[in-house]
Amino acid sequence: MPNASSTESPTPLLVPPTSQQTTAEESTDSERPRLHTRREWILIAALTAITLILVPVLNQLPAESGLHLPDYFIPLFGKFLCYALVALAVDLIWGYAGILSLGHGVFFALGGYPMGMYLMRAIGTEGVYRSALPDFMVFLDWKELPWFWYGFSNFGFALLMALFVPGFLAYIFGYFAFRSRIRGVYFSIITQTMTYALMLLFFRNNTGFGGNNGLTDFKRILGLSLQAQSTKLGLYMVSVVVLLGAYLLCRYLVVSKLGRVVTAVRDAESRLMFCGYNPHSYKLFLWTLSAVMCGLAGALYAPQVGIINPSEMQPSNSIEMAIWVAVGGRGTLSGALVGAFLVNGLKSWCTTAFPDLWLYILGVLFIAVTLFLPRGIVGLLPTNAESAKSRAQS
Amino acid sequence: MTAHVREEGPGQGGNPALAHVARPGEIDTSHGVILYIENLTVSFDGFKALDGLNFYLNTGELRCLIGPNGAGKTTLMDVITGKTRPDTGTVFFGNVVDLTQLSEYEIALAGIGRKFQRPTVFQGHSVFENLELAMQADKGVWQSLIARLTGEQRTRIEAMAETIGLIGQLHTRAGLLSHGQKQWLEIGMLLMQDPQLLLVDEPVAGMTRHETERTAELLVSLAGKRTVVVVEHDMEFVRSLARQVTVLHEGRVLAEGTMEAVQNDPRVIEVYLGT
Repeated sequence: MPNASSTESPTPLLVPPTSQQTTAEESTDSERPRLHTRREWILIAALTAITLILVPVLNQLPAESGLHLPDYFIPLFGKFLCYALVALAVDLIWGYAGILSLGHGVFFALGGYPMGMYLMRAIGTEGVYRSALPDFMVFLDWKELPWFWYGFSNFGFALLMALFVPGFLAYIFGYFAFRSRIRGVYFSIITQTMTYALMLLFFRNNTGFGGNNGLTDFKRILGLSLQAQSTKLGLYMVSVVVLLGAYLLCRYLVVSKLGRVVTAVRDAESRLMFCGYNPHSYKLFLWTLSAVMCGLAGALYAPQVGIINPSEMQPSNSIEMAIWVAVGGRGTLSGALVGAFLVNGLKSWCTTAFPDLWLYILGVLFIAVTLFLPRGIVGLLPTNAESAKSRAQS
Repeated sequence: MTAHVREEGPGQGGNPALAHVARPGEIDTSHGVILYIENLTVSFDGFKALDGLNFYLNTGELRCLIGPNGAGKTTLMDVITGKTRPDTGTVFFGNVVDLTQLSEYEIALAGIGRKFQRPTVFQGHSVFENLELAMQADKGVWQSLIARLTGEQRTRIEAMAETIGLIGQLHTRAGLLSHGQKQWLEIGMLLMQDPQLLLVDEPVAGMTRHETERTAELLVSLAGKRTVVVVEHDMEFVRSLARQVTVLHEGRVLAEGTMEAVQNDPRVIEVYLGT
């Protein structure tokens, strides 16, 4: 684990050394926490414009045009956006509060399943068996819908459950874990166990979520065909907007006093307690929020990828999520985003170019980053808060 | 806990708007005693770190706590601040607040501040942010999320930085400070909490002679308004504070009195001072 950097201050990528910044100016930014400088806002606006407008436009260009973006890229990018949302969630709890979760895959899956259940119900009677029940239930010779599937023909309810179920599980788990003062590697191991246990549960046919095949063969969402390119583009664009919103929310959290308290939990928890803060409630808040964000990512993932199954809960998936953040640079939100896109982009390419080697490449990448880049790729950037501050001081 | 709060504290330049939310209310010290510890026993695997200890602290007092290693000084601090739960015995803050029933953060909010033996500050935060986090305020999750620093609070933080001699390093990361500066920062954080009882564990370890003198001045100036307990090995320093001294030995109070009386007590000479 790249713990060497745990005492380093989080270094926001997007803090350029504004030379005119005086100490007086600097001191105003704590009063009204500023999310970003002007230059950073421009960068964010530019990235949003590229992903939200340029990518769909390029996709809509005629196929013979040199700039045309093939159709299969859209759901692929959409998937990356979901992973980026997961990376933000992992970074929030690991990078800022110092709690390494190796079980975030379970929250992701528990967000994906409710959405998958809605999509299953939306198939109606067009399944293979022409039954009102989902195909796997017919296959298992079930005569009626189990009670826990009630309500999932309603999109709003399914979306709510995609946020509520992961959040609720995280709250209960976190409540007991933090209250018992389970920390560090013990906490990480328990999260691994949690995701493994739930994976085994979901693998069972009797659990009622499609067993190891999971939920798939979706036809439409909100009446729109999932095969249509316009629907795919729509889902992709929704993902961009959700990711942007989640990023801004996280950014607000980490620049607020709450962000400073949470970082203090990471650096000196006992000191914080003797300052009169209850660290458990801070951890619980952030942990639950992180799980809800993962759930939202899962809910966006299911319709775009077209399947949700228990393999999402494999322990290795959750470890991979931590690797995205470590590679990008934990403790910086931008690092989490960069890591998620980079590692997944690399994975997409490697698994087609040399599928057998991917796990080795991932392992080497992780070791290399841990040894040589404890602050991740983003940590390589020369501009950081420290230099900006020291410049402002002199 | 708030049931014990009688009235708002005198306020040390604090924000009156926050007065109702988290100020440690006036603790009931109508008998002139701020801390009552009776028959306190703490054992670790059969070893009695504290053994039927009785200890009283008058309001506004500056008390030095000395004793050889393993005498139970730090354990006593741990019990008062809720880090360690006693096997038997009572610990009352004022007349009504039972500290054995409160958790660490509740004890801090009730008005007891603690400086650790090893300076413990938030390494990744600046001096300013360290003081800001320690400052008296509503320390709930939601309040922190919407907290805005007022001009008055900023002035208070800067005044404190001035007091502890770190005004020039206001935006320096605390991790980069020298050992002595960290000690001062931690004392500053303690004062920002505006506690009524300060427990200060080895405040001058690693300080230069000059810094030690200033620390002594600061602690002496605090007494009266607040109650201060200092644990220290540095006899010179204890002498310079020139106050009541309690000597602990094997989890019990061995002697209590002025430095001179204690120094001349044959039992104390035998176990501790050695000379």
